[in-house]
Amino acid sequence: MEKLTPAKDRLLKSKNNWMDGELRGKVLVLLCAVIMISATISITIFLGTKGLQSFIKNGVSLLEFLTSTHWNPTNQAKPEYGALPFIFGSFAVTFLAALIAAPLGIGGAIFMTEIAPSWGRKILQPIIELLVGIPSVVYGFIGLTVLVPFIREHVGGLGFSLLSGMIVLSIMILPTIATIATDAISSLPNSLREGSYALGATRWQTIRKVLIPAALPSLLTAIVLGMARAFGEALAVQMVIGNVRNLPSSILDASATLTTIITLNMGHTTYGSVENNTLWSMGLILLVMSFAFILLIRYLSSRRKM
Amino acid sequence: MKSKTADRLATGVFIAIAIIIISILVGLFSYILVNGLKHISWEFLTTPSSNIRAGGGIRDQLFNSFYILLITMIIAVPLGIGGGIYMAEYAKPGKVTDIIRSCIEVLASLPSIVIGMFGLLMFVNITGWGYTILGGALALTVFNLPVIVRVSEDSIRSVPRDLKEASLALGITHWHTIKTVLLPSAFPSILTGIILAAGRVFGEAAALLFTAGLSTPRLDYGNWNPFSAQSPLNIFRPAETLAVHIWSVNTQGLIPDVEEVSNGSAAVLVISVLLFNLLARWIGRLIHKKITATK
Amino acid sequence: MVSALMDKQTGKQAGESESKRNKESILEVNNLEIFYGEKRAVNGISMDIGKNSITALIGPSGCGKSTFLRSINRMNDLIPGARAEGEIIYEDLNILSEQINVVALRKEIGMVFQKPNPFPKSIYENITHALKFAGMKKKSKLDEIVEESLKKAALWEEVKDRLHKSALSLSGGQQQRLCIARTIAMKPTVMLLDEPSSALDPISNAKVEELIIDLKKDYSIIIVTHNMQQASRISDKTAFFLSGDLIEYEATEKIFTNPSVKKTEEYISGRFG
Repeated sequence: MEKLTPAKDRLLKSKNNWMDGELRGKVLVLLCAVIMISATISITIFLGTKGLQSFIKNGVSLLEFLTSTHWNPTNQAKPEYGALPFIFGSFAVTFLAALIAAPLGIGGAIFMTEIAPSWGRKILQPIIELLVGIPSVVYGFIGLTVLVPFIREHVGGLGFSLLSGMIVLSIMILPTIATIATDAISSLPNSLREGSYALGATRWQTIRKVLIPAALPSLLTAIVLGMARAFGEALAVQMVIGNVRNLPSSILDASATLTTIITLNMGHTTYGSVENNTLWSMGLILLVMSFAFILLIRYLSSRRKM
Repeated sequence: MKSKTADRLATGVFIAIAIIIISILVGLFSYILVNGLKHISWEFLTTPSSNIRAGGGIRDQLFNSFYILLITMIIAVPLGIGGGIYMAEYAKPGKVTDIIRSCIEVLASLPSIVIGMFGLLMFVNITGWGYTILGGALALTVFNLPVIVRVSEDSIRSVPRDLKEASLALGITHWHTIKTVLLPSAFPSILTGIILAAGRVFGEAAALLFTAGLSTPRLDYGNWNPFSAQSPLNIFRPAETLAVHIWSVNTQGLIPDVEEVSNGSAAVLVISVLLFNLLARWIGRLIHKKITATK
Repeated sequence: MVSALMDKQTGKQAGESESKRNKESILEVNNLEIFYGEKRAVNGISMDIGKNSITALIGPSGCGKSTFLRSINRMNDLIPGARAEGEIIYEDLNILSEQINVVALRKEIGMVFQKPNPFPKSIYENITHALKFAGMKKKSKLDEIVEESLKKAALWEEVKDRLHKSALSLSGGQQQRLCIARTIAMKPTVMLLDEPSSALDPISNAKVEELIIDLKKDYSIIIVTHNMQQASRISDKTAFFLSGDLIEYEATEKIFTNPSVKKTEEYISGRFG
């Protein structure tokens, strides 16, 4: 604008015109990014060191912790720290929930994209979004007041069981699976469908032989994400699973998971005690598992790109 | 004919699945609302809860839920939008950006109970604060941050490139372009995302059990001094939220009217989350209309 | 490859003309090469751009003309992996240098894009947005510049009663003139126009062309166009680009009546492109 000053003064970088908020802004947002990195790193480091204390400081055997089925930390004479029942419970309830939620979620996705693309999506999409919005304690509470008595009266056992946990969790992860599966199937190129129909295939043949194989890596990603959510869910499961320290022998037996034991005992044990420290070790397992789920998802998405 | 039969059968199965999903939702909602609405009254919303006797309300829990949400958002929104701006506008493809992206992914996939444990370690024990609203809000920030970062990044990226170029070509700095052109254009979708995230925060309980605690001190709603122990505004007091309340009355409560209180609380919780969702949609549409108004 | 013909009056070669540069030219391009990563998009071009004249850049899509145009105000900086070598001399400075403050540079070398891209703000704010950033706060002064630049862009009569309505309510042609107006408001010396009327209907197009010819009095204009008629109607000199090379750079009349290179003739007569 002021053309009277020489070009050098107008156009060359100088401290003045380079500091006019530009640098300040960049530093500000970089700081936000740095805070995120440090949060992640400090979570890993703090939970890592805290979780290892029971093995390093208290001398709990890692092998016993991972493989023994005897959990009896309050026994003064001979405390036992076998967390296998809870580890088993976590995995069992996760896989069982995925077993129900995966067909339902993927089936719902196929319904929305292939069977009734126009109105089916309009109805199911908001329903799935509403299911996501229900807080997990509400799922737990309804599980406790409706599902547990129902199972007790009509199926057997106490009601508090692996079965209840798996049903509650499967409903909770259904929206996750359905949403991602819908995106995956609807993003398949239309030429796939047309090619198959042109060869005289029925809709079901097209779905089974063409669409599902083509979308498989994404569908698996959907299931893994759902399982990751199920594995880490605490309160809803805790309210219906019964929380016993034994390995369940049937699906109607009460059980416990890593998250439910942490939820129940964290407040009741003295901070720094051996029992308390083993709870942190279980937290560390949860942390490691969520890293494992991320790696699995990365592996699946690298397969998707090929 | 066989393949035709299989096709019909499969179609039937898919329709059945759709019906199952719909009936799950309808069942859940009608259960919550039918059982809950009859317990919701002005009295229920405005009397304090009781530990032993029947007839307690949820006044403090309701206030705590909103207050923790507010504090969380005050911390998480600027941080999250800042992170989103960084990812959308400054991050260059490379190692550092990959690391930040991985961190966001890790934070997003952490179970909330693990975040609660981290909060217990950091904001309760190491800082020596004990159970506080601030500790709960910080834990929820960790839980919420990746969502806001992603929403902000996506929204800023989806602002047409033309607008950014127009601003830069006029001799406006990058930062000023972000502040005055990109953020205002991205605002509706960022806001929608934030409100949806708020709904999630509102119903979250596991991350709060060990950070904000399971109890609330006797509050004096006439006391607006945020440094006084009885003031509801004090951020260094323990606070049980509505979601935590549902959990605690069901698993450790002694009150005889557990079911009534939980039914009412669950309904209030679900209705609030629903309102958040509706609000997000409505505001998103409204602002979108205002910005692209063709009057 | 026919490299750029040097300015007709001096006849100097690119490298040695720096100090005795012709007063008639505003930009002097020397051996400019532009790369996108490994790929070279512009292959060492040299040309002088005349002051207060309209220079048209023509050529088939992907020939490097837009890339060249966007390097003049360093908009290519936005593209990851893009880099430029050689010189573009403006007021004795090489504007490709690291030393250049691109923000200040873009105030003097303004740009109008192919698609009208007004900000989603009012008409008034579209013009004052950059002025305010440049430090102009006085309402009366801002009002004055808004009126003046809208008048120059031949838009004032159409919008004077609705300055505070959204710019998006204007028609495509009006939006493009608004974009020109907001560039004028910055009082640049050079205006870069990247196919400014290709997205417009014929009537709007005619208005924009008229406006561009009118702007020549005050500005040096470089325009990229796909429209041969437009180039021949409005420009003083025309440069023909083909796959990153500057094939021919001559007075417009000569290019369109008697081009010296066969490829130019073939392109202009519609044989390819």
